[in-house]
Amino acid sequence: MPAVLIEDVHKSYGPLEVLKGVSLSVETGQVVALIGRSGSGKSTMLRCINGLEAFQSGRIEVAGHVVDQDPKRLRDLRKDVGIVFQSYNLFPHLTVGQNIMLSPRITKKVPQAEALALAKEVLAQVGLSEKFDSYPDNLSGGQQQRVAIARSLAMKPKVMLFDEVTSALDPELTGEVLLVMEKLAKGGMTMILVTHEMAFARNVANNTIFMHQGKIWEEGPSKELFANPRTPELQGFVKAGARE
Amino acid sequence: MTTFGWPEALFLLRAAGWTLLLTAIAFLIGSLIGGVFAIMRLSRIKLLRRIAATYILVIQSIPVLMVLFMSYYGLSLFGVELPPFLAASASLAIYVSAYLAEIWRGSIESVPFQQWEASASLAHSPAQTYRYVILPQAIRISLPPTVGFLVQLVKNTSIVSVVGFVELARAGQLVNNATFDSFRVFGLVALIYFAICFPLSRLSRHLEKVMNASRPH
Repeated sequence: MPAVLIEDVHKSYGPLEVLKGVSLSVETGQVVALIGRSGSGKSTMLRCINGLEAFQSGRIEVAGHVVDQDPKRLRDLRKDVGIVFQSYNLFPHLTVGQNIMLSPRITKKVPQAEALALAKEVLAQVGLSEKFDSYPDNLSGGQQQRVAIARSLAMKPKVMLFDEVTSALDPELTGEVLLVMEKLAKGGMTMILVTHEMAFARNVANNTIFMHQGKIWEEGPSKELFANPRTPELQGFVKAGARE
Repeated sequence: MTTFGWPEALFLLRAAGWTLLLTAIAFLIGSLIGGVFAIMRLSRIKLLRRIAATYILVIQSIPVLMVLFMSYYGLSLFGVELPPFLAASASLAIYVSAYLAEIWRGSIESVPFQQWEASASLAHSPAQTYRYVILPQAIRISLPPTVGFLVQLVKNTSIVSVVGFVELARAGQLVNNATFDSFRVFGLVALIYFAICFPLSRLSRHLEKVMNASRPH
């Protein structure tokens, strides 16, 4: 059974239909990149997967959870599905360590000592062990984003979602975050990422999906897709990306 | 006719104690009610939002003096005789609750909505989101305006003198009636109010500066 199964999902904001029947399946351990212009529906699609956005019709199943808007089921789903946002969204009143320990403590009742060990482990994984007692405000954007990834990892997710996680970062900080994500991918994490980093999609993602006007316009193994885009829309998009 | 001396000054100081007590009680009870209304005002349930909004609108639209008259004189028509201190505390608590509810609603709303999303995405329940993520940030934001409002409250307690409760302002009137030394009597009354309010105002100012300096972004 695939880790993520999306079947004919439709979503509208009022009269504006942003997802027009999206179907997609992601196997365990796969990395899938969603690319496309702003407004193509890729972020909305990603946010539907952990229930941050409701959808009108279709079906999504993630790590054995059916996605709907029932609060209890959503909480169970979110214990298994992590998400990292463009704007990091660390809790500014808590230290890095507290940010990471909070959710395992309160949602999974992990004992304090175990949560502490877990926090140190995930923080080491993103290379920020020395920042355990720092507050988010005192970290660079790249460091904050790595902490946000560590915070998600502490929940031991089966699937990780990344929503344009490097878009708010300076180019020199982007690299350190991508490196952490690449390590995760190699470690076998199932990942879906919305990204503008074409090189990363091409080199790290197994499959890339090009979304256009609320639909999956073109999809395939990343290397092939970037080497031989079939549709004129993707050809234009790849060309525009290469010029940047 | 007596002259204004130490016994009269001490009488004023004792009355200032009542002013402080009244402020404290009104603030504490008003905080509890106001906190509940602030959260109701932001509830997902429409009925709760409506009830809270109506309460806040009604209380903010009538003078606290009328609430006081209703609870002191009005209730006595129905045979409920509230002692002045109780009527005064209750009226002021109601007044406080409506204002704090709005101050705190604003504070909660000024926590960026991404914090709600991040918290929900980590499988926190709405109660856990409030407890661990939103309220700690909202309380920081709310401190300067809350302390600022407390200053208003100290001064506005003088209104309860009209139902015969002897707090600082009423005590000033009584001493003045006995001594006719208006300038010194009300001068001292004003000085005592100032001595209470000035440090609070400074605290509010200070908190505002500290919060601005340490605000993220």
